Amino acid sequence: MSYLEATDLARSYQVGRAGFLRKPRSFFAVDGVTLTLNKGETLGIVGESGCGKSTLARLLLGLIPADRGVLTLQGQQTLGVSETEWRALRRRMQLVYQDAAGALDPRMSVRTQVEEPLHIHGLPLDGAERALQAVGLFGAMADRYPHELSGGQLQRVVIARALALEPEILVLDEPVSALDVSIQAQIVNLLMDLQRDFGLSYVFVSHDLSVVRHISNRVAVMYLGRIVEDAPRDQLFADPKHPYTRVLIDAAPKPDPSTRRAIRLEVGDPPNPADPPAGCGFHPRCPLAVDHCRKEAPELRRVAERRVACHLVSEPFG
Amino acid sequence: MIWLLTKTLRAITTLWLVVTFVFFVLRLSGDPTLVLLPDDIDEATRDFYRQLWGLDRPIMVQYWSYLGALLQGDFGISFRNNLDAFQLVWDRVPKTALLTGTALLISLAIGIPLGIIAALYRDSWIDRVVMAVSVFGFSMPNFFLGILLILVFSLNLRVLPSSGSGTWAHLIMPAATLGISFAAQFARYTRSSMIDVLNKSYMRTARSKGAGPLRRVNLHALPNAAIPVVTILGFKVGELLGGAVITETVFAWPGIGRLLTSSVAARDLAVVQCIMILLAFTMVVANMLTDLAYGWLDPRVRVGAKAGAR
Amino acid sequence: MTATSLVHGRRFSLIRRLSNTPVTVLLAGGFMALMLFVMVFAQVVQPYAFDHIDLLNRMAPPVPLEGSTWIHPAGTDTLGRDLFSRLLVGTQTSMLLALLGTCLGAVLGVALGFLAAHKGGIWDEGIMGLVDFQAAMPWFIIALAILAFLGNSMVIFIAIMALYGWETYARITRGLVLSAREQGYALAVRGLGARPSWIYLRHILPNIAGPLLVQLTVNFPSTILFETSLSFLGLGIRPPMTSLGQMLGEGRDYLINAWWLAVVPGLTIFFITLSMSILGDWLRGKLDPSLED
Repeated sequence: MSYLEATDLARSYQVGRAGFLRKPRSFFAVDGVTLTLNKGETLGIVGESGCGKSTLARLLLGLIPADRGVLTLQGQQTLGVSETEWRALRRRMQLVYQDAAGALDPRMSVRTQVEEPLHIHGLPLDGAERALQAVGLFGAMADRYPHELSGGQLQRVVIARALALEPEILVLDEPVSALDVSIQAQIVNLLMDLQRDFGLSYVFVSHDLSVVRHISNRVAVMYLGRIVEDAPRDQLFADPKHPYTRVLIDAAPKPDPSTRRAIRLEVGDPPNPADPPAGCGFHPRCPLAVDHCRKEAPELRRVAERRVACHLVSEPFG
Repeated sequence: MIWLLTKTLRAITTLWLVVTFVFFVLRLSGDPTLVLLPDDIDEATRDFYRQLWGLDRPIMVQYWSYLGALLQGDFGISFRNNLDAFQLVWDRVPKTALLTGTALLISLAIGIPLGIIAALYRDSWIDRVVMAVSVFGFSMPNFFLGILLILVFSLNLRVLPSSGSGTWAHLIMPAATLGISFAAQFARYTRSSMIDVLNKSYMRTARSKGAGPLRRVNLHALPNAAIPVVTILGFKVGELLGGAVITETVFAWPGIGRLLTSSVAARDLAVVQCIMILLAFTMVVANMLTDLAYGWLDPRVRVGAKAGAR
Repeated sequence: MTATSLVHGRRFSLIRRLSNTPVTVLLAGGFMALMLFVMVFAQVVQPYAFDHIDLLNRMAPPVPLEGSTWIHPAGTDTLGRDLFSRLLVGTQTSMLLALLGTCLGAVLGVALGFLAAHKGGIWDEGIMGLVDFQAAMPWFIIALAILAFLGNSMVIFIAIMALYGWETYARITRGLVLSAREQGYALAVRGLGARPSWIYLRHILPNIAGPLLVQLTVNFPSTILFETSLSFLGLGIRPPMTSLGQMLGEGRDYLINAWWLAVVPGLTIFFITLSMSILGDWLRGKLDPSLED
């Protein structure tokens, strides 16, 4: 059952200053994204840095305004609502940040900051204690200040603060990529436990395929502000259809190097999002690109349980 | 060009706002005839003067006619002695210019070298002494400094005259009184600005190219260190003029400041207004010149200004 | 580290910190504490009322000097008023006015700075235009004229003091708020559903308080100089009230026979501004080492 549903979401940014008779140049960081999140599931969103996944995370929560598109939570419109409704929505959807240290006020104790959302919404403060215990922060630990905690502990605080409001949806923006690998596993497992215990739905944004593979039910791959492929986890990893997905999966470190596929990127760097290529955004780096790819951008088409945006997927390859 | 135009427009607006502000605030003080004319005068004479000075008209009419007169260079007539207010003020300008100019020269001549030396010998005892002296310098209220100087040099040592003007001996104490706190401030600004510049990479480049210390300071550090100091200079003009009012009063120096305090005491509206407009004009022009000098000294500002022009 | 050792560590470091503080800073701090004490308790410690006239002991010099009297150890003025008592009350007036002027100016400037940063657009332009205007006019001279023409009103005098220096707070606050607002924690708290006012008051203001405090210490000496200068010219605090500047202005007429009448209040003003400058420099270095030079 679809729960959070985004249709044709788009958000552009300006580059450079406006001048006399000169319109500011702008580019789309998120360009027409359609996706759904089902209740209790985890939707992974992967892509290289600069592909717009962080912008998408904030758009889904309504933290930044969208240029166009529709966003509904259980059928209810969430974009362009009044300030009061917007604040009420904060109780249902929360964001967990990559930079936990930056997301916390250096001058406040951890407990105060976990209590803060409850203060803001006029809720009883005992929810903070529950949230702190749920993430494994006990007793005196909660009375410390951010600079007295480790990176993993800080991320637990940020998660506890988001949980204090007892939201239904957590959008996690690279929640573990700033952490050591051993700590990453702890946090990912904590998130999975929390999901089970509280019936949360996650949007898990990351550039790290192995983490996304571990936690997600479904995975969407983003490239240049668009979703290029979207499939159930096992299908995606077992049989990636879009060339970009294949490149990503091949580039990820593998336990057994002999399974590497012989597909290589033509050009190493992603194109400048402010100056996207014509046609399919991926064609300059795509080893399989044909003439058609340079002229026309492919639609995101449904093929069985997955969606793919590539001219070549109807034809068998690989 | 456009940049200059907007600056000029802004300066004119500021000036106009000052004129308006001063006009209305000073009119709030009530009927000048009550203050200026003897108490036992009859009402008919009072009315005569009200008409003569235009005080019987509505305040907005007075305001517009005042603005109109200003644009034609007519600042009104002194209530005290019926002389042209502007002429009265203008006659005092050379004295004040002499005082503030000398004070500024003294402060720059003392402050900038001290600041450079302190920066070059950063954290040494020289630096500490210079900084300590400068804290004393700018903490010293100029009216108190003036009185101390009079006590020592006029009343005890009897080497300098305590008031008046005319000879160089008359100028020494007032100029020192006004200049010392600025010297202290310039020393600090120069020092911090020099330290900033000395830490920049192009200074290391200059050293690695083998440029001698004197060449490094004169050719590379000074022009760059001068930028913030010049900016400060422009902003200090208001302070300098305010200080001049006090200094002139302490030493009975016959400049604009003393004219202002005496006119204020006698509630001579036209003269007070004229002085304020003149001083505001000086400040606004000084700020504009600062901006221009800033652009001339720092090519980045010039480019930025062009790109920013709409 | 256990909780108790943490507390001990803090106490220990406080003692060490005090002994590491330069002597000049300790002296300046002590002097300002004394001035604050006088500001509050002048009437409690004064030996005489500040306007009590003792015609038998006029122009008595302070004690070590020839002709001094133990009835008035610090000397008397031309009307035989006790100089020590007058100094206490004068200090009280000057300190109170400077503190009030500084705080009012700070509140006004900070509020306008917040408003400019928050509203942006035409508000920002308008407020910053006002800031430029205030900075471009000779405020001391305008203040002088207003006081002369509008008379001896305490309300007007305080208003004039409050309008002195507000523009610096506005400029600093606006810049600080604009950058603090983009900090992760401010955005995160906004994402919790907080109103802007909540974020400004609970997060941004405490986080920008340091630089504002430094500005307060920079502004205080110039405010006290502003007051004493105007009173010195006979325009701020006027008899029968007294302030340090008023005492100095009065004492100026008796430099030949009674130099201490001018020198004692003058030195007091000087020590206040000196102490505040030393404290301000020290605080600036403490709060932001990169600004130390």
